[in-house]
Amino acid sequence: MKLRRILAVWAAKCAEKVSVHVFHRQGVTWAGRIALKICPNILSELAGQVREHIFIVCGTNGKTTTNNMLCAALEAEGKKVVCNHTGSNMLNGVAAAFALAAGWSGNLDADCASIEIDEASTKRVFPYFKPDYMVLTNLFRDQLDRYGEIDITMNLLKEVIQTAPDMTVIVNGDDALSSFLAMDTGNPYIAYGISEQVVEDKDSREIREGRFCKKCGAMMRYNFYHYSQLGDYACTACDFKRPAIDFDASEIQLGDGLSFTVENRRISANYKGFYNVYNILAAYAAIRSAGIDAVHFCRMLEEFNPENGRMEEFHIRGTKVVLNLAKNPAGFNQNISAVMQDSTPKDVIIVINDNAQDGTDISWLWDVDFDRFKDTNANSIIVSGIRCQDMRLRLKYVDIPSVLEEDVTKAIHECIEKGCGNLYVLVNYTALFSTRMVLKKMEGQK
Amino acid sequence: MEDIRKIRIGHLYPDLLNLYGDRGNIACMMQRCKWRGIEAETVEYNLGDRIDFAQLDIVLLGGGSDREQRIVCQKLQEIREDFKAYVEDYGVVIAVCGGYQLLGKYYKTEEGTIQGLDLVDLYTEQGEGRLISNIVLQSELTAMPVVGFENHGGRTYINGNQPFGKVLYGAGNDGESGYEGVVYKNMIGTYLHGPLLPKNPQVCDWLIAKALERKYGTSQLLPLDDSQEIEANTYVYERFTGR
Repeated sequence: MKLRRILAVWAAKCAEKVSVHVFHRQGVTWAGRIALKICPNILSELAGQVREHIFIVCGTNGKTTTNNMLCAALEAEGKKVVCNHTGSNMLNGVAAAFALAAGWSGNLDADCASIEIDEASTKRVFPYFKPDYMVLTNLFRDQLDRYGEIDITMNLLKEVIQTAPDMTVIVNGDDALSSFLAMDTGNPYIAYGISEQVVEDKDSREIREGRFCKKCGAMMRYNFYHYSQLGDYACTACDFKRPAIDFDASEIQLGDGLSFTVENRRISANYKGFYNVYNILAAYAAIRSAGIDAVHFCRMLEEFNPENGRMEEFHIRGTKVVLNLAKNPAGFNQNISAVMQDSTPKDVIIVINDNAQDGTDISWLWDVDFDRFKDTNANSIIVSGIRCQDMRLRLKYVDIPSVLEEDVTKAIHECIEKGCGNLYVLVNYTALFSTRMVLKKMEGQK
Repeated sequence: MEDIRKIRIGHLYPDLLNLYGDRGNIACMMQRCKWRGIEAETVEYNLGDRIDFAQLDIVLLGGGSDREQRIVCQKLQEIREDFKAYVEDYGVVIAVCGGYQLLGKYYKTEEGTIQGLDLVDLYTEQGEGRLISNIVLQSELTAMPVVGFENHGGRTYINGNQPFGKVLYGAGNDGESGYEGVVYKNMIGTYLHGPLLPKNPQVCDWLIAKALERKYGTSQLLPLDDSQEIEANTYVYERFTGR
């Protein structure tokens, strides 16, 4: 019923405005909940109005960056795109993205949709629409208290993917878990990856998944690792191995920024962190898989500024502040690598919360290789957030002293007051939005 | 004065049993020895490696997914006799989550029964839903409360054995008995991760002391500055018990 939908769209738009302007909170989830309450069918109806392609992005790490980049890449080719930019990726957030993108008439004017979905929420979203493409970035251990073991997430995703048998899975071929999942579903798939060894990753004590074949249970053999379990692998017993790579990044250079070649195109970006090669490559593979030439991809990257707390820079009274999300061991280890890429002296603030969205179990902190902080040229480390004491203890057991300041705002102020010049703020999920607001505000006050 | 004592920790199957920050338990034991001038070494054993229990002073068996436990349990039967003799001879063992379940006779799941090591008279059955929560215990082994996190689908029944602690907050062994874990001779089995030892330094020191006593006949330990450990422990204790 159209009237219902119009009402739902209006209510969602109002709810979002009120939430942001009156309560100074991100109102997307709330807006989505209201829209679905008023018009339970809104998601199916609006998704049905997308003219060309619906992409979704799933996977433990890199969802938001990949998705926003894909959206920007599509827009650079002149497409109108629906996207959940803020990373609200559960059912309400997805519904909100569509409702807020609709016009006051209750209709959607969009060529494409580019939507990230939390793995566990795919089950609730897929009944409303069947995407054309699913980007599967990687599967790492994450929030075991919420998702359970990785095996559970894989089973869940398999069931959901099989409800959309025509959907093409665009998968990270370097991840044995994601690749096995894509193959196991029977859906068509396209793989992206990095076939050349980029870094020596021999001594890392990183906890790796995928040591044993998901197909037959035998030991896997890795020719090399990029990081975590990403690398070049084959089972020692059965025929499971890294798939043929359709979008292969080569001649990778990491330094102040990063660059690589794919399909004879040289792609460069001003980001740190090896993992961003995968994010860019995933977005590129997705848009190319849909048959779009993506001639403006490089220009898009030059201008791409996600403004979402993923390696986001702020400049506050002479101090460069980099805010980055670090919410699980694989992500945190990559964060530390990115901090190490910057050889200049710095201060670091680590913020750890244990709210429901973070995962209430913070034992994963002990699976992060924090001893590598000794090589990051950090003058000081401040620990903050609800579980700052756990974080301080974690560092104590690798002989790294830290200062405890429960209040994030105070911690940031202290660093900037003393003129530290170069500050990294690493936060887990629920600390991201509030910390970003603090930094935004301070940047505006200069 | 330099301490000439030395502790060797055997970490069993870290490839497979490494959920929930188990490495933190190893790091904690190693550091708390090192800070006291006691030499400590960790030996990792992977599937198929021969384990000489006579060389070990503490054995750590960590947690793994049901699938990984299934892989491990087949191999475990090969070391069962030696492991049993070690435990009966007061060898020190800390077994967490899946490792705890493996100490018993069996773990009955929907997908079949996983045979355990049968080192102590207990068994585990899969229950309805998982027990996931912060958890606080009062243990007879320590003056401080024991704090951690539990996440298990199995319900463990310890058949009159001594529990590790009384549950002040959380579910414990089976969600009903009011008790958590098991202590048998110098072996602790528990669902608590978080990991267990860093926020519960007295449990860590209990293990080290028992290992030293068994090896050298004296369990004397130098006190350490545990103010940060105590603060982290107290935070969890007060937040969840409301005391």
